[in-house]
This record gives sequence, structure tokens and C-alpha cells, in this order.
Amino acid sequence: MMEVGLNHFLVVSTLLFSMGIYAIVTRKNAIMVLMGVELILNSANINFIAFSQFGNRGIDGNLFGLHGHLIALFVIVLAAAEAAIALAIVLNIYKTLSTVNIDEIDNLKD
Amino acid sequence: MNVYDIVFYLFAALTVISAFFVVTNRNIVYSAFFLLFTFFGVAGIYVLLGADFVAIVQLIVYVGGILILLLFGVMLTNKITNVEIKTGTINIYPAVIGVGLLTGSLLAALINTSWRSVPASAPQATTAALGTILLQEYALVFELLGIILLIALIGAASIARREA
Repeated sequence: MMEVGLNHFLVVSTLLFSMGIYAIVTRKNAIMVLMGVELILNSANINFIAFSQFGNRGIDGNLFGLHGHLIALFVIVLAAAEAAIALAIVLNIYKTLSTVNIDEIDNLKD
Repeated sequence: MNVYDIVFYLFAALTVISAFFVVTNRNIVYSAFFLLFTFFGVAGIYVLLGADFVAIVQLIVYVGGILILLLFGVMLTNKITNVEIKTGTINIYPAVIGVGLLTGSLLAALINTSWRSVPASAPQATTAALGTILLQEYALVFELLGIILLIALIGAASIARREA
């Protein structure tokens, strides 16, 4: 088997991304859709940190260094904010319509 | 095949298999718990990539925060006494075909690309360097993230408490 390198990490993140898309497309429950979004954000983070670790020298010959780590941290912060807002919206939808199945929510006003 | 490779394959298998169960399990509470293992696996992959601080933040924020939030959401939007906690699926066959095509093309693209990568350097502690960059080059982004978190907090509270 090959030495574990950049491609291995990229394959893992691709698989995570695909399963996140699958969850978003197929699940009815709005919270499952949110879980799919979290999977996709995690796969993006793996990519950022993998490229940060395995270099790819820019035009000035410097490694990307820790900048990928910082972008991953920013993504985590935004994911936390997104989860809080989205769950508040889902709770409000449940209070109003008594369901969180997104295929049944098809009216803009009652 | 050295220890690093074995540990990588363990964490990769943990991540991918539990993510598969997340998206296929019909019980949404089980899905949330499998998501826990996915986040742990991703944190292990961060450690293997030499990102110790990001791995710890992943554990604290994702496992300790977002996952708990999602579980609260599950519990608050389902009647526990009913069997309503199971969740339906739609569009299975088109989704499998489409996602399969997407995955195949992405994998083909990334394997056939010759990335200009350098061998991985020995992992070092990143926390101090991250703090330095965060408060120098990224100071504006840091402040903006603080404001975004404050707005998200206020917004979530006001949306969730609004009377109908």
C-alpha cells in the first residue's frame, strides 16, 4: 500500500462531502439536513488543513504554513453560529407548523 | 506500512463508516450519535495532519457544542412518545446516481491532478504561532468573528423566543 500522503486525506474529505450532499438531498427532517451541512464543512476543513500541512509552495516560495489552520478555525466558528441560527429557525417552524419535514413546508403564509 | 499509516486508516475508516451510518440510519437520534464518532474521527485526522489546536477546538466546539445543539433540536421537534422520531427519505435513486457521479468525478479529478506538494514536515506545537498570526495578520477577521458570534447569539435567542 502507498505511503499516506496528500491524496489519502483528499479522498477522505471527498467521501465526507459526498455523504453530506446525500444527506441534504434525501433526508426529510430539517435537522438531518443540518447534519449534512456539518459533514460538508468538516470535509472542507480537512482539505484546508491537508493543504496547509503538505505545502504547495506559492509564487514567493513560502509554504502556506498555518494560514490553513486559521481558515479552518474560522469555518468552525461560522459553523457554530450557523447551527445556532438554523436550530432557532427550525424550532420556530415546528412551533408554527408542527412539523420539521421540509417536503411538507410549502406555504409562505397560512 | 508504519504506525502513522495504520492510525490514519483507522481514523479514516471511523470517519467514513460512521458518516455513512449518519446519512443512512432511519432513527435521527442514532444519526446524531454516529455524528459524534464522525467528529472524533475528523479530530484524529487533524492530529495526524499536525493540527493539534484545531483538533482540540473541533472536539470542544463540535462535540461539546454543535452536536449537543443538534440533539436539543431533535428532542424539541419530535414527540418522544410517538414513533415520529424516525425520519423519512425522498428521492433515493436519483440521489444515489447523482451523488455517485459527483463522487466519481471528484475522485478522478483529484487523483489525476499532480498536486505540487512537499513532504510533510515534523509536527510542531501550533498554538503559540496561531495566536500570533490571529492577533497580527488576521486581527480584523478576529474582531469580525466576535461580532458575528454576538449577532448570532442575539438573533438565535430572539428568533427562538418570538411569540406567534
